[in-house]
Amino acid sequence: MPFVLAGWLFVVGLYGIVSSRNFIHMVMCMGVLQSSTYVLLLEVGYKAGGTAPIFFDTQPSAKAVDPVVQALTLTDVVVGVTVAALLMALAVQTHKRTGSVDPTDTRIMAG
Amino acid sequence: MSTRTRLLLFVLPALGVAALLVWSFTGLPSFGHYPGPYGNVVNAQVVPVRHATNAVASVNFDFRGVDTIGEEFILFAAVMGTSALLRVQRRERQEGSSDDRDESHPAAETAGAVQVICMALVAPIVLLGIYIVVHGHLTPGGGFQGGVILATAPLMVYLGGRYIVFRQVSPKGLLDFGEGAGAGGFVAIGFIAMLAGAAFLENVFPLGKASEVFSAGTIPVINLSVGLEVAGGLLLVMWEFLEQALVVRG
Amino acid sequence: MHWLVPLPVFVPLTVAATMAAGSFVFGRRVADVLALLTAVATAALCIAILIHVGSGRDVYWFGGWKPVKGVALGISFTVDTFGAGTATLVAVLMVAAFSFSWHFFDETVEHRFTILMLVFLGAMVGFSLSGDLFNMFVFFEVMGVAAYALTGYKVETRAPLQGALNFAISNSVGGYMVLLGIGLVYARTGALNLAQIGRAIGGHGPDGLIIVAFTLIFIGFLVKAAVVPFHFWLADAHAVAPTPVCILFSGVMVELGLYGAARVYWTVFAGPFGAHGDALSHVLLGLGVLTAVLGAVMCFLQQHIKRLLAYSTVSHLGLFLVGFALLDHSALGGVAIYVMTHGAMKGALFIGAGILLHRLGSVDEEALRGRARHMPWTGLLFVFGALALAEVPPFGTGLGADLIEDAGSKAGYHWMPWLFGLVAALTAGAVLRATARVFLGLGPREVSRFSADGESQEEDESETQEDRGRTPKSMFIPAAVLLAACLGLGLVPGLAGRAEHAAVRFQDQHGYAATVLDRAKATTPPAEVSPAKWGGRLYGLGALGGALALAAYALFRNQIPEQVRRAGRALSLGSAFVGLRRIHSGDVSDYIAWLTLGIASVGGLFSLVLR
Repeated sequence: MPFVLAGWLFVVGLYGIVSSRNFIHMVMCMGVLQSSTYVLLLEVGYKAGGTAPIFFDTQPSAKAVDPVVQALTLTDVVVGVTVAALLMALAVQTHKRTGSVDPTDTRIMAG
Repeated sequence: MSTRTRLLLFVLPALGVAALLVWSFTGLPSFGHYPGPYGNVVNAQVVPVRHATNAVASVNFDFRGVDTIGEEFILFAAVMGTSALLRVQRRERQEGSSDDRDESHPAAETAGAVQVICMALVAPIVLLGIYIVVHGHLTPGGGFQGGVILATAPLMVYLGGRYIVFRQVSPKGLLDFGEGAGAGGFVAIGFIAMLAGAAFLENVFPLGKASEVFSAGTIPVINLSVGLEVAGGLLLVMWEFLEQALVVRG
Repeated sequence: MHWLVPLPVFVPLTVAATMAAGSFVFGRRVADVLALLTAVATAALCIAILIHVGSGRDVYWFGGWKPVKGVALGISFTVDTFGAGTATLVAVLMVAAFSFSWHFFDETVEHRFTILMLVFLGAMVGFSLSGDLFNMFVFFEVMGVAAYALTGYKVETRAPLQGALNFAISNSVGGYMVLLGIGLVYARTGALNLAQIGRAIGGHGPDGLIIVAFTLIFIGFLVKAAVVPFHFWLADAHAVAPTPVCILFSGVMVELGLYGAARVYWTVFAGPFGAHGDALSHVLLGLGVLTAVLGAVMCFLQQHIKRLLAYSTVSHLGLFLVGFALLDHSALGGVAIYVMTHGAMKGALFIGAGILLHRLGSVDEEALRGRARHMPWTGLLFVFGALALAEVPPFGTGLGADLIEDAGSKAGYHWMPWLFGLVAALTAGAVLRATARVFLGLGPREVSRFSADGESQEEDESETQEDRGRTPKSMFIPAAVLLAACLGLGLVPGLAGRAEHAAVRFQDQHGYAATVLDRAKATTPPAEVSPAKWGGRLYGLGALGGALALAAYALFRNQIPEQVRRAGRALSLGSAFVGLRRIHSGDVSDYIAWLTLGIASVGGLFSLVLR
């Protein structure tokens, strides 16, 4: 059951976000959570004994893994990086205004 | 909620979510037996129909090119967003214009060996980046990967202890231009096809002979524009964060 | 395959990229004009597509990759009336937002704001038109990234940072859930096109994989749609985002979450779940009622006007979910009309709040007490907005509510008019109370009664500073036009019938798949259309009466005899409200804990009832 890894990453990522008391740490936990999606996609497209879907020096008839999930994963990676950059920018500004990156200390709205 | 209460609230549902996921995984095809059909059809088509040998690049830039335009604009929006969020505030500007600070900012202490290695690496990195971008339709690589490599070249200058030079070799206006032109270029290729009477993003360029550099129609052209956007965008993000860390400092 | 279809997505994106590339050429005004023109052009394109689609569907295959033997190779935009209608709403509200922001910002806004808005526009239109599951995810994320940055735009103060962080983290988790669900579906079907997936899983009953994939994708979209218990981020984000952004957030972005859920349900999952329609309907009705009531109560408890409007949006999303949950074409047609008119009304109300912020530098009901006496027109804007909230005929909101309630009564849910009436009374009552306090100076002084732990809302002075003499026309006119549209849509003859027919096409899974994969001509399956009427709407006036009573209670409760008040206190509603407010803690870790609870409960219920 190699797929269980994806489930583990998802739940442990959720745990990280729920328990985290630091926005930078929380962004890292989101990375963990997101990696569950890469792992699942790449596992789904794997073919036993398959080669990479690059036919530069192999014949197109050769058994190759699914290229679509790899393309989807590339998109997914970009999504992760960009959201992380935005969150980091927000964390930098939060630290500048409050001197803290703790979600409890820095909050100002509730109710 | 205290962290303790929150974790108590979390633990049972988390087990539930885990159970749901495991339950769903029992319905998956067994590992290593991809059932198709999408990827198999694409694998069979890329070389004969599309004259490209990198199937992933064909999916990214042709079969599912619109996803990749979206992806480019995710990057574009994030870069614009990051630079909007980190824009220098009026208050911060009053504390001292950033230019004065630049002059007075002490160059970070870097060992001579580090400086030499960093400077020596710049040219090979640029070369490698360009190589990876222009061969994206043939072998692993392409605009995203090559763009990231290209963006590390000015960063080497910074690591070599020359922040000022880093800012000189990557002026913000130029980075903005690269970012916008790269993102716009991809869409423009889509519109060119429409002007030629084809569907948006349909290949209207000559296909050439598979496994040559000048082949695969639109794919290498799109790779160039993506490379420009990724390199410009990443540098812009680093530029903003470095300015926060070195010049503004809260 | 009409050449118009890709344009409303890619024209704004091109303009955004050009503006970034040429940022040293464009001055602020040039950029503003260009942006406004782009939004107008996009709206025109969307309307042209809406007319072109007529009572059919248009399938546009990007790259010219048409499906081969039922296998989609490329990405399609599959446009029907609802898709094009939603896109039109997006573009029209964007025109209003750009018009409003003409005089709004003090600081020379860099092009960044305008560029992000244009990307946001393109992404929302793309999400509305797309016919491909992964492509929907991509546009969902473009929309998200642009929205997070826009929310935090006013970085000078702390509140926008908190709002943007909570928004970004909650919605990103939702996005990853959607993607995980896509991975599961792809493993089963090897397809990403909605029509193809639907056909591949249609013949079989649901098993674990399908149920969990549905749960993940559905809840992922419901996070965006702010359905309880996934709604916490919404008030934080809406309270702090610049007003032009709020118009789009409340007016259409949140609704797009529900649109995505509905689109995916009727193209993909209606097949395997068809036999369990009743069970699914019960679960969704439960969620919808909970959302509607909780949102309305929280709305009434607010003093910060933007936050108040935000919670009223949560409440309305609950009503829309109730309409969706009936899985019926009349109800869905009602939801479509309600979403359109709600977007117009909520846009106008947010513009009203923005005018207060522009003129008086605050949107806090207490801080503004009586300070807007000299602004009767803006006050009138709020009063008409409240009438639309109360679903008073002939506002189009009433027409939408009517269709949903009728369908509900037919299905045996006779309590439904009461639910709609309660929401209408609470939300309209809250707006009327705020209006009376701000524009007339009525009511007792409030000392932030419910604010937990003495935390106070930060003043929103940052968008604009000093007291301005006049309301610019570029602010007032879009609000008036939007309210007129909300009223006018209710008067269009035959609108209800047309919306119901469009809903029938939206729900026709086989017809959808045949148009996309077999190039079949789209037809509208025969369906019974309820006759247009306003008779059942008398209670819309009842809701208005309830709203007036609630507002009057809030304003004049000190005049009520002591005995009555003591009896009221015995109900201990007050402490319940304090508890309710404390749950909305502003800490994103709490939100994710609630989200996890929501996934487990909804997923658990689905796994029990859908097998």
